[in-house]
Amino acid sequence: MVEITDVVCSLCGCVCDDIVVEVEDNKVTKVKKGACSVGKSKLMGHGRIESPAIRENGGLKDCSYDEAIKKAAEILAAARRPLLYGWSSTVCEADKVGVELAEEIGAVIDNTASVCHGPSVLAIQDVGLPSCTLGEVKNRADLVIYWGANPAAAHANHMKRYSYISKGYWTEEGKKNKKLVVVDVRRTATAKMADVFLQIEQGKDYLVFSALRAMLYGHEDVVPDEVGGVSKKDLLETVRMIKESKFGITFFGMGVTHTGGRHNNIVNAIQMTRAAHTHTKFSIMPMRGHYNVAGINQVCTWETGFPFAVDLSRGYAWYNPGEVSATDLLVRRECDAALIIASDPGAHFPGESIRHLSKIPVIQIDPFPNPTTEFADVVIPCAISGVEAEGNVYRMDNIPIRLRKLVDTEYVADEEILERILEEVRAIKEKGGD
Amino acid sequence: MGTKVNLISGRTIVQGQNLDNKLSEEYFNEVATCELNKADMERLGVAADEPVKVKTSFGEVVVKAREKGGTPEGIIFIPMGPWANALVSGNTHGAGMPQYKGIDAEIEPTEEEVLHVKDLMKRYME
Repeated sequence: MVEITDVVCSLCGCVCDDIVVEVEDNKVTKVKKGACSVGKSKLMGHGRIESPAIRENGGLKDCSYDEAIKKAAEILAAARRPLLYGWSSTVCEADKVGVELAEEIGAVIDNTASVCHGPSVLAIQDVGLPSCTLGEVKNRADLVIYWGANPAAAHANHMKRYSYISKGYWTEEGKKNKKLVVVDVRRTATAKMADVFLQIEQGKDYLVFSALRAMLYGHEDVVPDEVGGVSKKDLLETVRMIKESKFGITFFGMGVTHTGGRHNNIVNAIQMTRAAHTHTKFSIMPMRGHYNVAGINQVCTWETGFPFAVDLSRGYAWYNPGEVSATDLLVRRECDAALIIASDPGAHFPGESIRHLSKIPVIQIDPFPNPTTEFADVVIPCAISGVEAEGNVYRMDNIPIRLRKLVDTEYVADEEILERILEEVRAIKEKGGD
Repeated sequence: MGTKVNLISGRTIVQGQNLDNKLSEEYFNEVATCELNKADMERLGVAADEPVKVKTSFGEVVVKAREKGGTPEGIIFIPMGPWANALVSGNTHGAGMPQYKGIDAEIEPTEEEVLHVKDLMKRYME
């Protein structure tokens, strides 16, 4: 048995890096400390895709890596409007090859931000983001607001490591000297911990941000007795807490990006942060979901100039979420082949777009079988990044952290699979087969 | 004609624990469910784990009802996953983002069975 310390979790955007595991007979046998129950589940592992496979007569038939990679390259080289989607549960090194492949075949490349914090990206491009690192939050914040986010379920270590419960340089007494405000439609497990819980009516986030902004600028007289289901009394109490804090932070989640208003909600949230700056230090940060969704946004921006929904069919990068984002492309039945990696649109896309995805040739690269596997035509199993393969990822505050390899595997890493597909595609193009 | 509700979807701990295990019974038991307020359960006349049919203008799906305190009346919560998404439109209103929360829906008791994930995916392939 070997004990490995400083293991980095490859599950959510928290990217916890203080985990201790035990490895025996080339398997993680115990997660001793550091990981939440969700991260622990990831590290301990689940049933795998056992072999590369190609669909024949309705069923998946096992084949070699070489055969699956060749078939994948043939599909992509022949496609007129290919979509390369996912990229958030793998490492930046693989993402870089993905962008190169997209460029080679003139594909649309999109990532899971598209159905997650895409609206946040649009808002940030509109009005900027006064943000900070999670280290600053840990060491400075005495007021934490979770808005449309339920870290108790989705980022279970977030409060303990970085925010409300953590102890830092100027916050050495932890939550004793901190305040917690939660804004949500449901009284979630996170809401139950709050000093102030603003239970808003679904879809009324924009109004409540506006009311708080008005109050922070000294215009409480224009705010009615109730806004979006929240009493003026509770709003005033929240504003008092913001004004009295030394350093506040708003963490926002899918509760604001998934509702009507989308990026407009986030613009207003960022403007509320600016209003708070007239009184104190205040920051804001999206609760990124996948462990490397921030990383693919980084890589895609370095390589193409844009963070998601990039169309490379013109020979230059064209960015237009709403037109060339994955959901829109699929609903319009525009793409004729797709490569899905490190994500699961079969589970997480609207039914309306899965209908088209399930009917076109789909190549799936993933360690685990999932709903996308049910209709994938070429299935290529890969090593699990952070367990069987190493590489760089970006935490939700855009801090790069290197994932460690804990055990050996015969599965091929994402980066190598993509390089081999790219090589095959180039060989087909050289022969004039496209 | 079912009861009108506002549908939202989102994460749960068990859903997260089974992100890499979506073909499992544990994922099915957690995600093919619909959380409702006690008063809404009584109004519908359904008990825990009984099937309910949820319909939107984009689709319909059968899930198991589950009482959950903290859910306001008129709101139903389905954990993010294939069952919730069977009800979600692909219209992104020009932003790239589907509306996964705040969907007009109707809910009613049913005797139909909850489909497993493989059968749910087959519906798309027809």
